[in-house]
Amino acid sequence: MSPTTFGWLVLLFPLLGCIVIGLGFKQLKGRSSGWIGTGAIALSFAASLGALFSLLGRTPAHREITSTLWSYASSVGVDAKLQILVDPISVFMILVVSGVSTLIHLYSVSYMKSDRGIVRYFAYLNFFVLSMLVLVLAGNFVLLIVGWAFVGAASYLLISFWYRRSTATRAGIKAFVINVVGDVGLVLGTFFIFRDTHTVQFLATFKDIHHVYHKDSTDLVAGCVLFLVGAFAKSAQVPLHTWLPDAMEGPTPVSSLIHAATMVTAGVYLIVRLHPLFELAPTAADVGAIVGCLTLLIAGSIGVVVTDIKRVIAYSTMSQIGYMIMGASAGAYSAALFHLMTHAFFKALLFMAAGSIIGAMAGDQSLDRMRGFRKALPFTFICFLVGGLALSGMPPFSGWLSKDDIIGYLSHRGGLFFVLAIGGWIGAFITGLYTFRMIFRAFFGDPCPEAQELEHGHLAHAEVPRNPMNGEVEDTDVGFPGPEHVIAEREWPMRIAMSILALLAVVGGFIEIPGVDHVISTFLAPSFVGSKLAAEQPSTKDAWIGLIITPILGLAGITIAYRYYIARVGASTKLQERFAPLHNFLVNKWYFDELIDLVVVRPALMAGQLTESVLERVVIGEGVTGGVVGAVRAGSAAVRRAQTGFLRYYAAAIILGLSCVALYFLISST
Amino acid sequence: MAIGWYLTVSALIFCIGASGVLTRRNPLVVLLCLELMLNAANLALVAFARMWGNEAGQIFALIVMVVAACEVTVGLGLIVAIYRRNLPIDVDELHELNG
Repeated sequence: MSPTTFGWLVLLFPLLGCIVIGLGFKQLKGRSSGWIGTGAIALSFAASLGALFSLLGRTPAHREITSTLWSYASSVGVDAKLQILVDPISVFMILVVSGVSTLIHLYSVSYMKSDRGIVRYFAYLNFFVLSMLVLVLAGNFVLLIVGWAFVGAASYLLISFWYRRSTATRAGIKAFVINVVGDVGLVLGTFFIFRDTHTVQFLATFKDIHHVYHKDSTDLVAGCVLFLVGAFAKSAQVPLHTWLPDAMEGPTPVSSLIHAATMVTAGVYLIVRLHPLFELAPTAADVGAIVGCLTLLIAGSIGVVVTDIKRVIAYSTMSQIGYMIMGASAGAYSAALFHLMTHAFFKALLFMAAGSIIGAMAGDQSLDRMRGFRKALPFTFICFLVGGLALSGMPPFSGWLSKDDIIGYLSHRGGLFFVLAIGGWIGAFITGLYTFRMIFRAFFGDPCPEAQELEHGHLAHAEVPRNPMNGEVEDTDVGFPGPEHVIAEREWPMRIAMSILALLAVVGGFIEIPGVDHVISTFLAPSFVGSKLAAEQPSTKDAWIGLIITPILGLAGITIAYRYYIARVGASTKLQERFAPLHNFLVNKWYFDELIDLVVVRPALMAGQLTESVLERVVIGEGVTGGVVGAVRAGSAAVRRAQTGFLRYYAAAIILGLSCVALYFLISST
Repeated sequence: MAIGWYLTVSALIFCIGASGVLTRRNPLVVLLCLELMLNAANLALVAFARMWGNEAGQIFALIVMVVAACEVTVGLGLIVAIYRRNLPIDVDELHELNG
């Protein structure tokens, strides 16, 4: 079978899964919907592997294949087709997306077992995977926008999945609104490009691009900046990032799948996919790289003070995606995708392990209450440690090789990019700090009551379920997390999913070691044939120098975390008091929410109130509607006089009228 | 015999009927006057049919008779209904349908 046939199969299975689960919600009992969903995504992964092998069977020059099922519309020059593009980038992405999604579906089968909305959950989850696969397989801008918007919608559905919680529904709305800002950027960017190239297909656009634009032409830069707006919103980059921490209201596997491993990487994918445009618009690419660098530092600094375990991981996701955006914008395409892959492994793993701890804490997510889970949750501890070491870039874990691949490229390009590389190194230090702060606080020290109970084989159980965010007592109808909590130690599907990811988090990086092997860059090379930036790579020696510097900085961060959270307990509180203004600044997340509130939300609200009081009430209510009513009323009052009710008047009127008509005809006939 | 005389008689009967409709207040008499108007029209139709020598006018006259019969039935029904409700049998008194 050809690679494109496999490509269509990749899309078919999640679609079928979504339809079957969605329509069969009354018949599917217990965990059956979970198994159907997992099976569908596993088949999709198998088809992705098929696409990979059939692509490898071709010569490198023939590895970009498009296939069209049908044409939506072909008018005014828009050739909108249901078209997929199978090339190394998209195959790489479908492998990562479907592979990680399969494991997270498997994990969810256990994690969501006591939730009465489990069928709805798996229908949404399959829909999400379908959307993401449409996004990465799209062969033209139109289908890309479709996938992009679907992903946003699926994210909204899953964030507000526990819709009994007001906090969750509000977070869902926030995510959706910010994502729509990104959608607008993507659509407008497409218009900008389409206006000059007259095609929406990727390959045709890339072929023409050098004839249409000269370097840094205004239209192209504007289009690329608009694409970046889309990428920033989807990938949670400053200043459109505020939705991601709030999105942690969703179930933990959702955070793992959507807000760590797949959806938020769509922005990175977009930049890599459109790299010919960005290379011709270096100004826009620089904007992307700088924003990525700022995000990784800002998110890292917030991650150091946040006390909600899922939010710490969320900020670390933002920070790591900052690395990828920075790398992809600067030209380190295969490095960015490599980091995307390893990040998907260890970040999904960290979220899964966090889900297990939250289960042990009976739903509580606060790091302030977690202590000493090392003995109570040995398996979770090992997984969390593996994920944490990979995240902080310790050798030989996967994050070490992939993160430094990006920083090494940046320092090799020099100039502005060397400054960004320094940002990346500072980020590596902060990463080690916040990751191990989380690990030391949750797993080390004297066990907290929940951990002690668990050591005696008893899982803590909340008497009255409360929303961990605001402490409200929960409505326990459908749309609530379910009464039972789960930990990985007692559920084999969770253990299998986490073990595989832990293994991948360790060995996943070994396929690309400078000077040893280069599986990923070789595989992706056909997609970057025409790219000057991709050809520039640091020498093996430089790469190894970086590979030594980065873990040293990470280790410094870990050491500081050790000093403050293990060696000298209580020192962190003193530090907090000493630098109270800074701490407040970080706890309030650099006041980004307040800034957006002041700049966007309040003016919009005021404009809305103004139009309500002036336009709606006065102009429309009293002017237009009231005016029409008055005119009709006055007119009918005038005519009403004729209706006397006297039969003989009517008869007289008829006779008079007919006589007049007869007279008229008589006179005009002579 | 010229058609003029027929039409003169027809017009005369029509005017008598119309003035009856306009001046009389008893609904029964109003109905009778309406019949007069219809029959005046019938007379004119038959006269025209004779003038042209074809049957179309006569057929019209027959249809008008049928309509007239229906109209009388409905009109008398209304009068009976008014009587049963003890309402005044006077078209000027029955003027609730004013604007």
